[in-house]
Amino acid sequence: MSPRITFAVATRVLTQLRRDHRTAAMLLVLPCLILALLAWMFADAAGGLGFDSLGPPLLALIPFIVMFLVTSVTTLRERSSGTLERLLAMPTGKGDFLGGYALAFGLVAAVQSVLAVLLCFGVLGLDVAGPVWMLVVVAVCDAVLGSALGLFVSAFARTEFQAVQFLPLVVFPQLLLCGLFIPRDQMPPALEAISNVLPLSYAVDAMTSVSSTVGDALGGVDPAVWSDLAVVVGFAVAALAVGAGTLRRRTE
Amino acid sequence: MMKNATVVDVTDLVVQRGRVRAIDGVTFSTRPGEVTGLLGPSGCGKSTLMRALVGVQIVQSGTVEVLGLPAGDKRLRDRVGYVTQAPSVYDDLTVAENLRFFARVLGVPATEVDRCVEAVDLTSRCDHVVSRLSGGQRSRASLAVALLGSPELLVLDEPTVGLDPVLRRDLWAMFHRLADEGTAVLVSSHVMDEAERCDRLLLMREGRLLANDTPRTLLDQTSTEDVEDAFLTLVDQAGAAA
Repeated sequence: MSPRITFAVATRVLTQLRRDHRTAAMLLVLPCLILALLAWMFADAAGGLGFDSLGPPLLALIPFIVMFLVTSVTTLRERSSGTLERLLAMPTGKGDFLGGYALAFGLVAAVQSVLAVLLCFGVLGLDVAGPVWMLVVVAVCDAVLGSALGLFVSAFARTEFQAVQFLPLVVFPQLLLCGLFIPRDQMPPALEAISNVLPLSYAVDAMTSVSSTVGDALGGVDPAVWSDLAVVVGFAVAALAVGAGTLRRRTE
Repeated sequence: MMKNATVVDVTDLVVQRGRVRAIDGVTFSTRPGEVTGLLGPSGCGKSTLMRALVGVQIVQSGTVEVLGLPAGDKRLRDRVGYVTQAPSVYDDLTVAENLRFFARVLGVPATEVDRCVEAVDLTSRCDHVVSRLSGGQRSRASLAVALLGSPELLVLDEPTVGLDPVLRRDLWAMFHRLADEGTAVLVSSHVMDEAERCDRLLLMREGRLLANDTPRTLLDQTSTEDVEDAFLTLVDQAGAAA
């Protein structure tokens, strides 16, 4: 891996995003609109689930889903346009390619999350127990996880149309089982076991812990958050490693 | 570099793609300072052969050496320029942004960008987004990327298709200028009339080489006036021999 090439890839990805105003706007504004809609939905509701309990999981889900989509489609474009083959015929390492994308999308996710968190606290009145900056850290890790999975599935899609179809396949089951609709320990044992091996469960757990608990060490972060986060990052690294295996210099 | 050293050395190359034997026992070599034309009808295996040279093609048997190293070797990655048939540049970036990016990947100075854009006559389109360019302009942008850093071997898959005759003439002049400076240039084409512009010709059909000679020798040996007729004569001879 070479920092020069990794940064070149990251800068190029960001330039492409900057050129594509519509995508850039969707990446930054859409999460805010959805969170605002959610807050509004619960505006007149009393008791039970509310914005305080659903807002944080959504802060985890949105960067995950958005980055999954963006990465699977852009990597597929790189594969089908021949630019990936050209890059790999040059001194680009697979790590440079993946690292560049992770860096660029991680940065976008950070901006996206900062905007969403600012809106939640400044305007929508979200109330959390733990430190606010930790919400952004968790959101960025979730975005990297989404990117890593998106990259991985792009190897199995031939067209952008197919790539988009992977969203229901990969994301929806995780969405249902992540504890958003019903706490994971109240699910049938088989489903709880499945949810225990799905990365999004840990992403949502981490976000929920930050918002509901306070730890005494490490800037007021509950230790459980760090272990959940470690699982999320572990999944992301594993998906990137498997994804690297799908980037082939030599093909049929 | 030794004057007579080979740049490309292919021996008994066999490539199987699915059920098709795309390359069926090909042997040839090229030297620095030569423009070699790889000619044959579309689907004859030209692109597959070129992919094998740059090391992105899985091969069944035979050897492919480039500059004394196995094709695709890590040390070759900034010494070989490769242009695929479909332009492989980023559609949503400008010509200059594309070149600046690939220049950074290759680690060549930014001054190379202007030189290469000028070499393919795209200076006036430098700040245009690639998706707004014509097909010919796009393939020239892709060609410009391959020129970055003055590689010792240029592998160009149909770089002149669909270009206007003046531009085609200019590009061929550029290939010869690069060859004079010591680069080995391998250009494929399915248009036989481009053959006369090459120093050496590889005629290909159905995965096999029909001929490997200078255009002059080829015409003399087949007693023909142009390369298209020479090609037909060679196909007939091969058919009669079989």
